Amino acid sequence: MAVLLWLACYTQAALADPHLRVLAASCAACHGTNGNSVGGTPVLAGLAPDYFITQMQAFRSGTLPSTVMHRHAKGLTEIEIHQLADYFAAQPRHSATLPPKVETP
Amino acid sequence: MTARRDFLKLLAASAAFGAAPSLAWANQPKGRVVIVGGGYAGAAAAKYLRMWGGNRLDIVLVEKSPAFISCPLSNLVLGGSKTIDELTFGFSGLDKYGIRRVQQEAVAIDPELHTVALSNEETLAYDRLIIAPGIDFIWEKLPMLESATAQQAVPHAWKAGEQTVNLRRQLEAMPDGGTFVMTVPKAPYRCPPGPYERASQVAFYFKQHKPRSKVIVLDENPEIVSKKGLFTRTWADMYPGLVDYRPNNALIEIDVATRNVKTEFETVKADVLNVIPPQRAGKLAQGLGMANIDRRWCEVDFLSYESRVVPGVHIIGDAVAAALPKSAHMATSQAKVCASAIVSLMAGEAPDPQPVFANTCYSFVSDTMAMHVANVYRFDASKQIMVSAEGGGVSDHPSEQEGNYAQWWARNIWSDVLN
Repeated sequence: MAVLLWLACYTQAALADPHLRVLAASCAACHGTNGNSVGGTPVLAGLAPDYFITQMQAFRSGTLPSTVMHRHAKGLTEIEIHQLADYFAAQPRHSATLPPKVETP
Repeated sequence: MTARRDFLKLLAASAAFGAAPSLAWANQPKGRVVIVGGGYAGAAAAKYLRMWGGNRLDIVLVEKSPAFISCPLSNLVLGGSKTIDELTFGFSGLDKYGIRRVQQEAVAIDPELHTVALSNEETLAYDRLIIAPGIDFIWEKLPMLESATAQQAVPHAWKAGEQTVNLRRQLEAMPDGGTFVMTVPKAPYRCPPGPYERASQVAFYFKQHKPRSKVIVLDENPEIVSKKGLFTRTWADMYPGLVDYRPNNALIEIDVATRNVKTEFETVKADVLNVIPPQRAGKLAQGLGMANIDRRWCEVDFLSYESRVVPGVHIIGDAVAAALPKSAHMATSQAKVCASAIVSLMAGEAPDPQPVFANTCYSFVSDTMAMHVANVYRFDASKQIMVSAEGGGVSDHPSEQEGNYAQWWARNIWSDVLN
């Protein structure tokens, strides 16, 4: 089951166009691979597109106060925000974890 | 596109039978990408090549170390709120992506034969080569620090690991009332705000445990390189009298035995001395003339990160010429542009002509408080470089809320590159 889920995850990512997949992947530093956060930040995978768009627009206008999100929202175009909304909505949710520690031989 | 559709069909078929798609793809033509260097950039490139390239690629990751030790957060080891173990991970999380890991050092590239020579005398053939060699220290400028013994006495701690632990031990052993001196090289260097975060972390430790001690920062730069206003205010508000910042102070001589530092203006005596050496692209990138900018950094095509000097070799991370800050997030973004471009190129398609990505970089000023610099970057076709988009900037002030986000930034980026 785990293998199937994992395959499904990277299939979704491979489907996106190259420009969008790179842009979306740069959110991963805080929101995890394909929007599956390990914690501390919202999971973007599977998020309703309308909600994503509303939040990003609110970050951008300043009606929703933020620490860094207003900077990212302002740097994106309206079209990119809509594309990212659809991209993340299409990503399957799964639990992301920290990488394993060093294996002792 | 046909290949991608076929891949998905095969994937669906193999998934239906519960088999791994690699079996179904055994007869398909493959291209091999070799990646040298398993830091933030190299590890991310390996993982995303598989995610976006499917099983058409044979992916090999060459990394001499068995462990990934994070430079981000390593200044917190000096402040005392993290241990190096908490920042250390293995590479086995990449195994599920079908990445072949080779624990060797890559010593030479043959761009004609498309091979990389390893320290065990094996060679690896590649169709595309990615090198993510990080930084190398320019010891020619500091010959007195070239030996391992000298670096024991005067650690750089600018590659996280044993050096970081060494510097922490020296700070712990220093009596109250002592002086910690650190030197900052002229930009560009790895992690622009890193030296000032380090000064803050040592000040944090002194304030708790050795309040009569002092931090002296001898900076070769004319001013604080990154987050200047924030660091200046933070030192005044949180560590008054503890941090003595001296700009335009280029290092001339160091006496390792006495820990005396001579600059253009003065001689300063340290109890604990940390010299952050001048830097250039990692060793492998120095070969073949690839470090063609100031003979230090590598010029690349920002659409693919292919070297401007050696075709077929892509360079990512801190070794790239400094049109972009040398941060971990930036290294992973470069890796992703590069991975995506290689997938396109190997399918006979042109890379995306307008890459866009973000960078978020946090600096901790205590055990819990952090502040950011964050920007979106877009490719500018007329300048042929990535330029900062509207809306970027820094925090108004450090906060615990940002400290919390910074901790989760680290966990998420570790998971993104290694798992």
